Amino acid sequence: MLDVDQILADPGVRIVVCCGAGGVGKTTTAAALALRAAERHGRRTVVLTIDPARRLAQSLGLTELDNTPRRVKGIDVEGGGELHAMMLDMKRTFDDVVLQHTDPAKAAEIFANPFYQAMSSTFAGTQEYMAMEKLGQLHARGEWDLIVVDTPPSRSALDFLDAPARLSRFLDGRMLRLLLAPARSGGRSMFSFVTASFGMFSKVVQKVLGAQLLTDLSGFVAALDSMFGGFRQRAEQTYRILQASETAFLLVATPEPDAVREAAYFAGRLGAERMPLAGLVLNRVHRPAVGLDPAASRAAADRLADLGGHDVTVDVLRAHAGLAQQAAREQQVARRFTEAFPAVPTVSVTAQPADVHDVDGLRTIGAAISHP
Amino acid sequence: MRAAERPADPAGTGWPSRLHVVTGKGGTGKTSVAAALALALAAGGRRTLLVEVEGRQGIAQLFGVDPLPYAERHLVDAPGGGEVRALAVDAEEALLEYLDMFYKLGAAGRALRKLGAIDFATTIAPGLRDVLLTGKVKEATTRTAGQRRVYDAVVLDAPPTGRIGRFLNVTAETARLAKVGPIKTQSDGVSALLRSPMTAVHVVTLLEEMPVQETVDAIAELTQLGFPVGRVIVNAARPPSTTGRVVTRAELRRGLAAAGLPTDQATVAGLAGEARDQQVRRELEDSLRTDLVELGRPVTELPLLPDGVDSAGLAAFAEILRRAD
Repeated sequence: MLDVDQILADPGVRIVVCCGAGGVGKTTTAAALALRAAERHGRRTVVLTIDPARRLAQSLGLTELDNTPRRVKGIDVEGGGELHAMMLDMKRTFDDVVLQHTDPAKAAEIFANPFYQAMSSTFAGTQEYMAMEKLGQLHARGEWDLIVVDTPPSRSALDFLDAPARLSRFLDGRMLRLLLAPARSGGRSMFSFVTASFGMFSKVVQKVLGAQLLTDLSGFVAALDSMFGGFRQRAEQTYRILQASETAFLLVATPEPDAVREAAYFAGRLGAERMPLAGLVLNRVHRPAVGLDPAASRAAADRLADLGGHDVTVDVLRAHAGLAQQAAREQQVARRFTEAFPAVPTVSVTAQPADVHDVDGLRTIGAAISHP
Repeated sequence: MRAAERPADPAGTGWPSRLHVVTGKGGTGKTSVAAALALALAAGGRRTLLVEVEGRQGIAQLFGVDPLPYAERHLVDAPGGGEVRALAVDAEEALLEYLDMFYKLGAAGRALRKLGAIDFATTIAPGLRDVLLTGKVKEATTRTAGQRRVYDAVVLDAPPTGRIGRFLNVTAETARLAKVGPIKTQSDGVSALLRSPMTAVHVVTLLEEMPVQETVDAIAELTQLGFPVGRVIVNAARPPSTTGRVVTRAELRRGLAAAGLPTDQATVAGLAGEARDQQVRRELEDSLRTDLVELGRPVTELPLLPDGVDSAGLAAFAEILRRAD
């Protein structure tokens, strides 16, 4: 079974990445783990959240999106720990990267370019890339014992692993260079067919998107040109940090087919990338308190209903039958993961009767993850 | 028979639109709901198209079939002789198709793909990707063969609530980049369809706090952007709490004895605890239900299926959706 406390207490673990499909409780899990690391294990912890639910954000004191870690009040700091929390501001993080890699005049030029504006706010993968960038920044500052990262609710859980590479590939890709200097790259050394296609492409782009767009694009690419190396280097750096033993990946899922499938993909992928997978947190697991099987429970309820006068017991037995049936199905779904990845330790967290949106609730979740 | 002469809404009065965009927070089961709706609207000899746009192959997984290609394929028969077809729209393929249609690219198109040009083009202009995806959906929705429409309804398994506004709001995105040209024309056409009564955006939710909050937020955003909001569909719903009574152990013990079940301390306390948790959950669900009703949109509930959504479950969902009024 997955021992979360052991990970949170280990001074060698500096980064915990929570990943999984959307809607499985990643953000809550990340916040609960960070709180526990601070309160129980005395660690100076920061939790990086991507898009927390409003009330959860408020409970962490995150009222504004200012891209800076803020200390969370109202937590137990007797063990010497601290909890800080921040929400990722994607655009601002991108702006900071640009500012860091270029001079102010050039940065202003980049910021004004419509392509930059589109890309920094909507590029598929920008959020994932910036989450990793922010992680790299927090890590480089060395102020924290432990950084807990929530990952973006991506189209696919794999996006956030791929995004840095995709973005850097894109930014220093040959297409950009071709567009920038068609004359140069379309020179004698290239196959004539490709050249012809490319000439066609340019023409098509001009036709479809308009000449102004191409000018903007060239401007954007030219302005970013000096930063290509920097982007790639940072992406590679972050990638290496993620592979290091100071990082622990925690998969988060619920016992639903889609979520478990995502988790399994991710486990396979982390293995292929040689990234340290610590285990699976299975949230919202239903566990009946009594072993009475669903069919017997339902049959008894039917008998009592015929008998009359036992409405309460009938309701309770039917509810139990539903719960037991759901629990059995969940176990079956979860087995798809454990059978495919028998070496990955798992912990099941019982479904809470009500939603969590304060520090007390996070504490309860943290305890449930640690001592299921 | 001409499309215009056929009853516009044979599935009942609940689904007057032709293009049904289904969104919802991740994990709410929007793919299952979209599939059930496509099935419902195909019942009785009609034909519908179920479309996905995020490359997740969620439809193929739901139906246990091979990954869908970028082609409209038969997916499943609907009751009464109808047919659901499925399509996984891929932005790159859509761009190639689009270029081919207008510029007759042929082999050059494939060469462009090898060069990475297509990936590049759909990456550099984020709005372009969405215009291509929604453009294909529009084309399928409005396509005619002879005098009649090819599809009686198109159901789009759309991006989740967090991205739906931006996804549908293609004009604004592309207007930033393309001021004139075919892309601009294309996005204007898509925008007009998406904002017309031909379209309805349905939001799928669970009776849990975060999905309900996202539903409220998404409906506000969609309304503000001028997209017609259709139904709120509550998935995995349990019926509203009825008794609301506190379960006493004495009462429970008496009932268990009458049913011939064990009445030991552990059983009684365990069942009472389950009932108590259930009651807390139900009260929360009831209050969330009220929040949803206050949105002023029609609400349809699909029951929690203890064994998950299989083909029988989808058929049951389709039947409930078909009867929605």
